[in-house]
Amino acid sequence: MSDCKKCAVGTSQPASSARPIELVRKRRVAIVGQPNCGKSMLFNRITHAGARVGNWPGITVDLLSARVRLDDKLVEFVDLPGIYDLEGFSEDEQVVRSFLSHTACDLLLVVLNATQIDRQARMVMQAKSLGIPVVVALNMADEARHLGIQIDAQTLAARWQHPTYLISAKYGQGLKDLLHEISQCLVATSASMALPIDIDARLSQHPIEPSRIQALTEGAIVMPPPDLETRTDRIDRLLLHPLFGIPLFFISMLGVFYLIWFVGLPSQDLAELVTGWTQSTWIEPAVAPLSETIQSLIVDGVWGGVATVASFLPLIVVFFFVMAAVEDSGYLSRAAFMMDAWMSKVGLDGRGFVMQMMGFGCNVPALMGTRVIRSRSMRLLSMLVIPFSLCSARLAVFVFIIAAVFPEQQGAVILFLLYVLSFVSAFIAAAIFSRHKQFFHAEPFVLELPPYRMPTLCQVLLRGWGEVQAFLSRATLFIIAGCVGVWVLTHFPLGSTGLDTWGGQLGEWLTPVMQPIGVDPSLTLALVFGFVAKEIVVGSLATIYAMSEDGVAQAIASTVSAADAIGFCVFTLLYTPCLATIATIRAESKSWPYTVLTLVFSLVYAWCMAFLSREIAVLF
Amino acid sequence: MTLNDFKHQQQGRIDRLETSHHGIALTRRLAAMGLVPDKIVTLIRKAPWGGPLHVRVGSTTEIALRRAEADCIRVVPL
Repeated sequence: MSDCKKCAVGTSQPASSARPIELVRKRRVAIVGQPNCGKSMLFNRITHAGARVGNWPGITVDLLSARVRLDDKLVEFVDLPGIYDLEGFSEDEQVVRSFLSHTACDLLLVVLNATQIDRQARMVMQAKSLGIPVVVALNMADEARHLGIQIDAQTLAARWQHPTYLISAKYGQGLKDLLHEISQCLVATSASMALPIDIDARLSQHPIEPSRIQALTEGAIVMPPPDLETRTDRIDRLLLHPLFGIPLFFISMLGVFYLIWFVGLPSQDLAELVTGWTQSTWIEPAVAPLSETIQSLIVDGVWGGVATVASFLPLIVVFFFVMAAVEDSGYLSRAAFMMDAWMSKVGLDGRGFVMQMMGFGCNVPALMGTRVIRSRSMRLLSMLVIPFSLCSARLAVFVFIIAAVFPEQQGAVILFLLYVLSFVSAFIAAAIFSRHKQFFHAEPFVLELPPYRMPTLCQVLLRGWGEVQAFLSRATLFIIAGCVGVWVLTHFPLGSTGLDTWGGQLGEWLTPVMQPIGVDPSLTLALVFGFVAKEIVVGSLATIYAMSEDGVAQAIASTVSAADAIGFCVFTLLYTPCLATIATIRAESKSWPYTVLTLVFSLVYAWCMAFLSREIAVLF
Repeated sequence: MTLNDFKHQQQGRIDRLETSHHGIALTRRLAAMGLVPDKIVTLIRKAPWGGPLHVRVGSTTEIALRRAEADCIRVVPL
């Protein structure tokens, strides 16, 4: 990264004072294109998925970049966010402009969706006005051919005076010629130093008239008639049916949910088996010579954190496997279309709803999945309410408590009510916060509905792998630190157990706050453990009460009333789900104030809801 | 008439785009989506309960847009 920074710093000066910076310079190619043009797939093809996240001057979002050897040159490819308009006002559009004005690029690779060339040709005109060499890739040529679209790439190239290639990133067609052309262009531009540009000035000097695009493409492209019926139309007639559309949506969401439930969650157990085996076979013997406290710190604190991280990995892979399939298939934006009438009332859109549903499996990947929402304010609002989704780990706590306290026939009703409360709480929170200007978004709702496509296995696997890497690099340290923190709370003063530990003292100290919602100090201590992960709550109860799990169930049955149990469950439902969630919120929002807000809000909200629920429960 | 007044499967030609409270931001976005004067548009369906419109722009671009936004698109039925 260091050489890249040097280059960027060295070139961030006005074009007028140009001077040679470095003799041997890495070339940089920025890839621009509209959303859904297959830009990222092309990027992955070119870079063989060797991308990494980098920081760039002037922008706050992560951009993927990768270095590739083209002939004898080292070329860095940067994948810019998909944008509709270089002059647009959306956040992504500003990011792209900011990138181009802060970072020198030798070449712009403009990717167009060949099936929509009639309107996307506009982007070539905008790119042209920047004065940077441009190569145009007309992607999805296979699909265009299938639709009967005729494109004369040579005529287009001659008219807009940029090399133009028909390619298919999905099937790898035409890439060789495209890369050869890029390499040639980079040789030609080697003499001229690429410099950052005043992009706004250049764009405003070259306004684009619709008639110019018309003239440019006239005769060079032939589009099918507007009433051409495609496979997508036929599928849409069923999936977007006014009556059956929404039930079908819920059924498919249920299917996705079951997939995460039956494939993702068991895979979590598998990861736990592996970490458990590693712990007993390698870690414990290795630390045996050390003092007992250090042993416990390493095994229960640090290794506990590592194991927590590891347990999320298979789940994230499975989740993004499903997610990539849902998103790439084109169904996600249809869900947004169908749910918009309701979601717009609370400041969200249908995609937020899909993530909410996925959060019922696990909140962490659902939070990562909100990246499909490109408006930051709406995304932050979605991330604020996703942690209220009753995830599988919380379910385990509820099943245990409900079984201990309630008679069998009431249990299912209580559990169902908790699911309802999870939804209702998310909607109320969204409705409250959407009024605040921080979460209010003024972006117009204009969403593309891409045709249904079969995602390729390669695409889906790449996506899953990328997300796992992202999670590892962002959350690992945070989670380990949190686990060590809770270890300190629950092991000091040395030799103490249960309520005598600092955590237990904290529980007693919090009595005035927790008593009104029916949570006694022992259960408060369990909630402190639950801060790390809800999976360990039931296990921690055994430690706190110093009994077996069956014994704990009996002890709780005799000390906790039905109303108190409801208070405990509701609080558990709504307060911070786990350290991994906080780490993810922090990593995805890149904002500590926001992360603290979600933390504090969920605690206060959980308390209020628990108090209310308990008061209502007392009436029965 | 505006795009909102169209019935299901009705086709028309865009006359002009009016500037709404979103200002030029919306007009630009719509233009990037292909909604420019003289373009042929087809209203495919309206989502129930006052939900968005499903519109085909030209022959291969399909978009969803809310009714408030569709109100700035002046169209001439074919």
